[in-house]
Amino acid sequence: MKALTVSKAVTALMLAGLVLLPLYSQMSGNIFILTLFTRIIILALAAASLNLIMGFGGMMSFGHAAYLGIGGYAVGMLAQEGVGSGFIQFPVALAASALYALVIGALSLRTRGVYFIMITLAFAQMAYYVASGLARYGGDDGLTVYKRSDFSGLIDLSNRTQFYYLCLACLFGVIFLIWRIVNSRFGLVVQGLRSNEQRMQAIGFPAKRYQLVCFVISGTMCGLAGALLANNTDFVSPAVMYWTRSGDLMVMVILGGMGTLFGPIMGAVVFLLLEEFLSQITEYWALIMGPLLLLIVLFGRGGIMGMLGRAGRG
Amino acid sequence: MAEPLLRVEKLVRRFGGIVATDNVSLDVAAGELHAIIGPNGAGKTTLISQLTGHLEPHSGSVSLAGRDITYLPAYRRCALGLARSFQITSLLLDFTAADNVALAAQAHAGTSFRFFADARKERSLRDAAHAALDRVGLAHRADVLVSKLSHGERRQIELAVALASKPKLLLLDEPMAGLGVTESQGMVKLLQELRKEVSIVLVEHDMPAVFALADRISVLVYGRVIASGDPAAIRANEDVKRAYLGDQHVVTHHG
Repeated sequence: MKALTVSKAVTALMLAGLVLLPLYSQMSGNIFILTLFTRIIILALAAASLNLIMGFGGMMSFGHAAYLGIGGYAVGMLAQEGVGSGFIQFPVALAASALYALVIGALSLRTRGVYFIMITLAFAQMAYYVASGLARYGGDDGLTVYKRSDFSGLIDLSNRTQFYYLCLACLFGVIFLIWRIVNSRFGLVVQGLRSNEQRMQAIGFPAKRYQLVCFVISGTMCGLAGALLANNTDFVSPAVMYWTRSGDLMVMVILGGMGTLFGPIMGAVVFLLLEEFLSQITEYWALIMGPLLLLIVLFGRGGIMGMLGRAGRG
Repeated sequence: MAEPLLRVEKLVRRFGGIVATDNVSLDVAAGELHAIIGPNGAGKTTLISQLTGHLEPHSGSVSLAGRDITYLPAYRRCALGLARSFQITSLLLDFTAADNVALAAQAHAGTSFRFFADARKERSLRDAAHAALDRVGLAHRADVLVSKLSHGERRQIELAVALASKPKLLLLDEPMAGLGVTESQGMVKLLQELRKEVSIVLVEHDMPAVFALADRISVLVYGRVIASGDPAAIRANEDVKRAYLGDQHVVTHHG
């Protein structure tokens, strides 16, 4: 019982901190922290979506950043073509991500293990090069989004605080959905497949069908993160799809704790804060960051969530 | 005579030059407990794998209640009423005993594309799981993770999982493997009960158990059925003695 309370207490503190952050920002006049945390929340959303397939579903996708790009380009390209309404941009971003996930998933799920990792990576790199080739939409240089998605007065994305809360609401909404999914019939099947695919087939579950649907749900969620990210940076470029970004998302999930509900948020917060502060101290920050992450992954089985659990027990 | 529940006809499966299943034909009638025995390497597991759909035969056919299932994938056969246990225990280790069994019940209780309601709160699934666990005498271990259960208990869970899908035919691949004497006796007793409810194909090394349980026995040697009949007939069969029981006899005497 005590083990639960330690990780629960830390999680609750973190969530409360996220909710109250704009207040602090306003009182202290520190705008930078609000911008930083908006980015953290968006990437936490992406990490949470990756955790659904990686942590709960056992599908090690190494191409998850592709959805950040697809969601982002959906917003950017529509804006460029004069469609500024968020009511159109966001559904298109989600639909495009879902479609990409459906095609890539159907092909990738024919493979297992290392091959699955490599093929998802290969498809994401393909998406990266396709985006680099879009001359009309900036190609290599990326695409500036001159106007944020317009939700006709319902919510103003150019207002920092409103945008922050929109992102936070999306994150909480996605976590809530994942919580429901993971405990549903569908979620139990997907986790069963992670645990023992042969057994699940033998009791009558066609593996691929369930994994593909899970893959699509995850991709769609990450597409939402992409659409938010483009609004946050007012810019989208092929770089958001690069494989290192996919790697970052994986690290966030593993760091926070795979297959836990709030682990990815924890992972994103710690990872991005570390990156921020270490890079202020030294330009060789990656030299500190790398070994640090390695240590946590090697010795802190179950990531931060796992360590908190053990701290409570021991 | 009525259509047999399971009919295997002229099944052939080769691995390179080795014929692991060599023109195997056998019938299992409804209500029957049919044992398949044979020395190591006789091709018992290869045969079972073709019945469950984990391996495709090169020729021949398998039909269940008159329906050709030779090339159906494993999960479709399961839907038609074929359940199996694994020779090497194959369960969801990080799930509880109840979850393992409830998932088997869930596979046969409507669609699993339900994303929102808590599946662990579905009464009918939980009840089915508890009934199956109770059947194998493990109701008191329902909420324990399978990874924390003993080998013997896992063997019983294997059986409960197979039962939870309410099968017409149960394929048991060495359910006694690795069990101690008392555990084996318990398992024999349990199978004696189960056979009243469901037809069973039993692959087993434990000869006393096989002869105590089986209505009919088929003897497999080098992929071939060399004899098939009731226990008394098999015991008296000269080919079987020479090829199988006799071998063991020789081995025990010289070893």
